[in-house]
Amino acid sequence: MKNVPTNWGVVVLGACLLVYPMIFSGAFYLDIGVTFLLAAISASAWNIVGGYAGQVSVGHSIFYGFGAYCPLLFYQLFGWPPMAGIPIGIALSIAVAILIGLPTFRLSGHYFSMATIAVAELIRIFTGTWDLVGAAIGLQGPAVARGWWDLTFRGELPYYYIFLVVLALLLFITWLMEQRRFGYYLRAIKTNERAARSLGVPVLQTKIKALALSAVFTSIAGSLYSIKTGFIDPESGFGILVSVQMVIIAALGGAGTLFGPVVGALILIPLQTATNTWFGGGGSGLTFILYGGIIVLIARFEPGGLFDLWDRIAPKRWRRGHAA
Amino acid sequence: MLLLQVVVGGLLLGAIYALFSSGLTLIWGMMNVINFAHGEFVMLGMYVALLVVVWLGGGPAAFGTAAAIALFVLGVVVYAGLIRHVMRGPMLAQILSTFGLALLLRYTAFWIFSANFVSLPETSLSGTINLGGILLPVAQLVAGVVAIAFTIALHLLLTRTNIGSRLLAVSEDRSAAMLMGIRPDRMQALAWGLAGCAAGIAGALMATAYPWSPSVGETFGLIAFVVVAFGGFGSVPGALYAGLIIGLIQAVSAFWFGPIYKDIIVYSLFVALLWLRPQGLMGKA
Repeated sequence: MKNVPTNWGVVVLGACLLVYPMIFSGAFYLDIGVTFLLAAISASAWNIVGGYAGQVSVGHSIFYGFGAYCPLLFYQLFGWPPMAGIPIGIALSIAVAILIGLPTFRLSGHYFSMATIAVAELIRIFTGTWDLVGAAIGLQGPAVARGWWDLTFRGELPYYYIFLVVLALLLFITWLMEQRRFGYYLRAIKTNERAARSLGVPVLQTKIKALALSAVFTSIAGSLYSIKTGFIDPESGFGILVSVQMVIIAALGGAGTLFGPVVGALILIPLQTATNTWFGGGGSGLTFILYGGIIVLIARFEPGGLFDLWDRIAPKRWRRGHAA
Repeated sequence: MLLLQVVVGGLLLGAIYALFSSGLTLIWGMMNVINFAHGEFVMLGMYVALLVVVWLGGGPAAFGTAAAIALFVLGVVVYAGLIRHVMRGPMLAQILSTFGLALLLRYTAFWIFSANFVSLPETSLSGTINLGGILLPVAQLVAGVVAIAFTIALHLLLTRTNIGSRLLAVSEDRSAAMLMGIRPDRMQALAWGLAGCAAGIAGALMATAYPWSPSVGETFGLIAFVVVAFGGFGSVPGALYAGLIIGLIQAVSAFWFGPIYKDIIVYSLFVALLWLRPQGLMGKA
């Protein structure tokens, strides 16, 4: 049935993710696992507006950065547990999402892309000059946990399972969204905005809702990152790589599909770890070149991502059912 | 007097902004495609100029021509190899294609040329000139004036020549143009070539007067968006006015608030503009 996307695949994937830390318990492998989950969360969040609604944001680091900064900022200012900053980051992200969406969603899709990249750059430069938020140096979280509520753990294992729960929750919400009227609205807008509007779809409202929902989870992803790392600076919060990674992971797996971003992250994160290991310190520049190359190739040859490719070449009984 | 010097310097820089932005606006207006790699084209123009000077010892005319030709070719190649295939596809593919290209070009440049700032060695344009009390580097003056000349030339090419009419015909109605015996594919390739050419010349001019690193492409790309958004889409005269205004605003705000704020102010203006007048200052609704 199309309603339950490849039952067995999901069960196997879930089981693998649950037992992964028990099999690969070394710090190196655990770190890859945590990085993978975080990448999958942020790319799935991007997917809601970039994939399902077809509004391509290339500045999602705006929301990620808000989410990442708030927990550490309020810890430094008032000594609040980092967790308390998460809702503030979410609120800020929703506000900025509406501010960006309201003017640009009335215009053609390019405007939205441009606005996201301009706002992201604006905030990145601004954060780098503002002393209250640590300027170019950044902010630090609690070094030693004062209690469990600081979410500061020595090992990465607790983070792994927290992230896994968040990812599962996000995928469940996305799946619900697919089934509801909202999901149909999004697909209608993506396919033909004018036709959707003439059929009575509230286009602007739906797009803004999608952006806000996407912003909420991107912000949570940012918060998880900064709480786990205990550190944030303008580049790792609002930097262009942050946005690029979400786009490339979602597009690689298949933008607008439920598990596309997860598959994209499964491929890209190990690949990224490998290039960084092989090329050592000079790896980051090569990572960007590689990313650029992959993005161009996807856009040119497989804009539907790997899921689309799979549907064309796989034996019939293994293909996905087509979502409406 | 100092302020006047800042104003003139800003206008001269703005003229170069106008030149490369007119390339972006040409493509945007003609086929509704945004080249996210346009700033990187300018950056490549700068390195082409550097290589011609360092390896071949060429003068301004030589490296300007070399940059123009190299970027014209790149523009045509990018159109034929990439844009032609994605421009009627989904929005995602359109935006990702040039966005990925931007990353590819920018970080390949980082890899080859390193992140250090470079500038052209002494050329015949080095030195300063005193214009009634305003001290200006000769290179800046020449670059600004030549940039205005090329922007106007591009405008004349688009409005007064046979080629220009064909380009316009394709942008207005592709199928009608085909019925008139115009090949849209060739015209669009030409438009990409011209856009690359404008970026290349602007890069070469910029290189004579300012130091740079591979990361300038990102800034120039955003500035080109801002200029096009101000000037209205597809309008070369709009890009000229808007380029001059942005150059002026940048120079004056750097002078008053400090150099860190010049980009912040330009991007803030852009966001404000999206809110208040998204069709551009001179564009029609």
